[in-house]
Amino acid sequence: MPLTQEEIKELTRKAWDIRKAIVDITYTCGGSHIGGSLSETDVLVALYYKYLNIDPARPDWEDRDRFILSKGHGGIGWAAVLGDKGYFDKALLKNFNKTGSPFGMHLDSLKVKGCDASTGSLGHGLAIATGLAMGARLRKKDYRTYCMMGDGELCEGTVWEAAILASHHKLDNLTAFVDRNGLMIDGMTEVITTLEPLPDKFKAFGWEILVVDGHDFAAIGGAIEKAWAIKGRPTVIICNTVKGRCVDLMENQAQWHYGGLNSDLRDQALACIDTHYKGILG
Amino acid sequence: MAEGMTWSVTDGDKLTQAEVYGEVLSQLGDRYPDIVALTADLATSTKIGRFGRKYPDRFINVGIAENTMFGLAAGLAQAGLRPVVSTFAVFTALRSAEQVRTDICYQNLNVKIIATHAGISFGQAGSTHHCTEDLAVLRSFPNMTVIAPADGMETGNAVAASMEWPGPVYIRIGRGFEPPVNRTQDYGYTIGKAITMKEGKDITLIACGVGVHHALRAAEVLEKQGLSARVINMHTIKPIDREAIIQAVKDTRRIITIEDHNIMGGLGSAVAEVIVESGKACGFRKLGIPDCFSIVGYPEDLYHHYKFDADGIVETVSEIMRMEIEEDEDWEDEV
Ligand SMILES: Cc1ncc(C[n+]2csc(CCOP(=O)(O)OP(=O)(O)O)c2C)c(N)n1
Repeated sequence: MPLTQEEIKELTRKAWDIRKAIVDITYTCGGSHIGGSLSETDVLVALYYKYLNIDPARPDWEDRDRFILSKGHGGIGWAAVLGDKGYFDKALLKNFNKTGSPFGMHLDSLKVKGCDASTGSLGHGLAIATGLAMGARLRKKDYRTYCMMGDGELCEGTVWEAAILASHHKLDNLTAFVDRNGLMIDGMTEVITTLEPLPDKFKAFGWEILVVDGHDFAAIGGAIEKAWAIKGRPTVIICNTVKGRCVDLMENQAQWHYGGLNSDLRDQALACIDTHYKGILG
Repeated sequence: MAEGMTWSVTDGDKLTQAEVYGEVLSQLGDRYPDIVALTADLATSTKIGRFGRKYPDRFINVGIAENTMFGLAAGLAQAGLRPVVSTFAVFTALRSAEQVRTDICYQNLNVKIIATHAGISFGQAGSTHHCTEDLAVLRSFPNMTVIAPADGMETGNAVAASMEWPGPVYIRIGRGFEPPVNRTQDYGYTIGKAITMKEGKDITLIACGVGVHHALRAAEVLEKQGLSARVINMHTIKPIDREAIIQAVKDTRRIITIEDHNIMGGLGSAVAEVIVESGKACGFRKLGIPDCFSIVGYPEDLYHHYKFDADGIVETVSEIMRMEIEEDEDWEDEV
């Protein structure tokens, strides 16, 4: 069922909170992968506040849907969501990056509730997700597995090895997302190593392809539901996004892949985010 | 530039290891027209991008594809070029270990690797980015030379020296905030030859990488306590300087190794092998990461937590000084 206007508003309000939390944590922790955390936000919000079948009170529940953040450097954005969902006390995020903290730049599955894989070394997530999806089938479980990758990450060969395997095994309980913000660290994906035509590549590997605006909840939601209905092959949802989304000085700027914020920059970033959402929500 | 030197960096003692090597490599570009520099989307983070800006035609950013990058380096070397490859240590020594071993080391190819963010120097990034296994792994690859420079100046020296050193070379450095121990580049750096940073007769501290800084600091504290500690900078882990180790056994009878690495398999193990094979009695301790996945935190805090900063070293020294060590009369045949 398509999202109602009210649901879309609700998700938009959440995304507003999460983006502000990302800026706040970046300020307190000294530096974060803020650009890619802001680009992935809307997909994470759609999943965690609408589509994932999860119970934060039971992070180890066997039948929960699985989510793997393969672009593990987006951990700060993911942590903001997990904290808000109640997997742990949000106040702990003040300790992000601090010595002895459970929260480092890349979330740790042994220390952070709700995190099912310690990612951060790019190119690992899709194989793990494929294993979880295959495991569901072998154990006759209905849970679905979702995996979010960066577009730069797609350079890793292991992504494509897993892609071959998942389509060979017809894993229609697996949905992958590509955060297609067009940038990696050193610059634009198309300048460093061309990825396009990306949909054709996944298609040739036997996947169902959906391309959406990764900041449009109606489109993201529609694609997730469409993927549920597709039988016999995994689906990849290529989400066109903007790195640094909602913060003018960071949008589409490769140098904001990783960065720290002083209080001026923090205030400027928060103001940008507020202006953006006040414009939408009135 | 001093006579015979191939590089010169002003204020090198104020630059990070990576900044110095980025600069040195771009200076070496003219002298070695066959250098091609490779990275996997870490031109900025590793500083190999400096070479890329000066020689864009001899710089290849392969995208985020380390395994392919090391394979590519093997192919380029076979084609007669001199690849210099740079990415984080964890992706070199672990992810691409097989490409480095089979494609590069097996054929003894002329590939120089500069691996950054080694040990726990990227402390906040957590276990997926810490690399406390690389010395152990790469030391076990035949033909590989393994170097852990103490600071920026030494990194510059090691990179320059590696150009004239045959076969594959692995140079591992930190994230770049390690305090310098050398003020100038001109202190006679030679691959495979340990440097005595401070003479001493009661105990020897053998260190590499950031461990050298900690050892020097500890030696100052020990001096005040009336203990004379020798500090050896064992920048080359393989081939290791056996003579320096045996001499230290003979002169001080007590050795502690200090490294930003698991205490298994790295510098400590390499030194222990030499000591045990000598047949001489020697009090011995290894300091580093005690065979665990290291926690998240700022590197300086973690060095302290794992007890290989000056405090930790001093503590271990007092422990080892209490040990009884058997005298051995018959030294001369060994040294
Ligand atoms: C195997 C591996 N190589 C290199 C890195 C260093 N690194 C961290 S993020 C990043 C760029 C990622 O780009 P992309 O996947 O497009 O993510 P996004 O732009 O969404 O942040 C790189 C190269 C890494 N974490 N893992």
